[in-house]
Amino acid sequence: MKSLVLAHPEWPGGYRAGQHVDVRLTAEDGYQAQRSYSIASAPEDERLVLTVERLEDGEVSPYLVDELRPGDELELRGPIGGYFAWVQELGGPLVLIAGGSGVVPLRSMLRHWSNTDRSVAVRLVYSVRRLNEVIYHDELLAYGDREGVDVRFVLTREWPDDWPGHRGRIDKALVDEVAGPPEDGSRIYICGPNGFVETAAGWLAEGERDPSRIRTERFGPTG
Amino acid sequence: MSPVSRGFRGRRRPVADPARLPPGQYLETGFPVLSAGPTPHTPLDQWTFLISGAVDQPVSWTWEELLALPAETPMVDIHCVTKWSKFDTRWRGVSLDTLLEHVDSDAAYVTAWSDGGYTTNLPRADVSDGKAWVAYQYDGEPLHPEHGGPARLLVPHLYFWKSAKWVRGLTFTLDDEPGFWETYGYHNRGDPWLEQRYQGD
Repeated sequence: MKSLVLAHPEWPGGYRAGQHVDVRLTAEDGYQAQRSYSIASAPEDERLVLTVERLEDGEVSPYLVDELRPGDELELRGPIGGYFAWVQELGGPLVLIAGGSGVVPLRSMLRHWSNTDRSVAVRLVYSVRRLNEVIYHDELLAYGDREGVDVRFVLTREWPDDWPGHRGRIDKALVDEVAGPPEDGSRIYICGPNGFVETAAGWLAEGERDPSRIRTERFGPTG
Repeated sequence: MSPVSRGFRGRRRPVADPARLPPGQYLETGFPVLSAGPTPHTPLDQWTFLISGAVDQPVSWTWEELLALPAETPMVDIHCVTKWSKFDTRWRGVSLDTLLEHVDSDAAYVTAWSDGGYTTNLPRADVSDGKAWVAYQYDGEPLHPEHGGPARLLVPHLYFWKSAKWVRGLTFTLDDEPGFWETYGYHNRGDPWLEQRYQGD
């Protein structure tokens, strides 16, 4: 994983937390490759941040992670999307369920929440294999120290002996607890690999919940 | 004019038939899943396909009635706006021509709608004359719910968000009424060969 911090003097920004941008790379002979990346920064941040997971057989992400240097220019287009987005007016409770690098757009939402309306209750469940794979670890824990915020890391493969949190894959009980009862009207955002999203969204859709309040973003094998 | 990305050469995978790959797309061999919400699961005994809106008489089919209609087995290339394309996908389903024979309408547009609330708009011309199907099998198997089963629209000449998953009907409209992604900034028509990804393309 690597976070790219980008100045954008010619781009007005104005994105919403959860949206993404297209990154287009151009070789000297004109060959181009483009992929979408979630925005990790909040709309209020001065710089645009993309947190990119390096995919071994990818075409764009290895370049962004291994090759890109400070001062290089990057062609972006966006913001794109808009359904998988949270703005203050949507209210809450705001429930964020992340699998692996799926935390990136959810971190944008948390930052936006932190910058705007902290009266909304927020709960984050973030599933990773092991503790050292948690990105934005300190920042997320700092949010968790605030009133009305519940941040939980789920460790699926390895955990310290004294790990107080959930061990192993997320389960229905955990997801239901974090989402709250349907009458709370929680705004639920789920992002991660397809199997993770399908499973978590499927559990939540079983209840009497308004499906339009469950929004998903699935990370497929796009490099 | 795009700036040259210093040090970028690309990992160009040889494509057997590059003329089949629209601009800005790359060839994918898997079948990625993209959906904006939970996957709906409608029991087949409650499933119908309804054509309504600006038509003389709405018409609908049950699941059994749909399966009893003449089926076609298109093999087509599909193109997702998220940049992947997949060649030679094999489907089985009913041509929309077969369904549209049963309605009379002067309306020039249709909105496909789905379980879960998804909609997408199409000119009638884009779902006529052998260009679109209601597909219920993929690669010889019942269409998996993640990929839109029990049935999805298949409109392969447009970006794949137009091929509405979990489709349940078409509503004829006199005016062109943007659907779900079309109101979130995606292109109204979505022709991959013109790279009509987003509004303004």
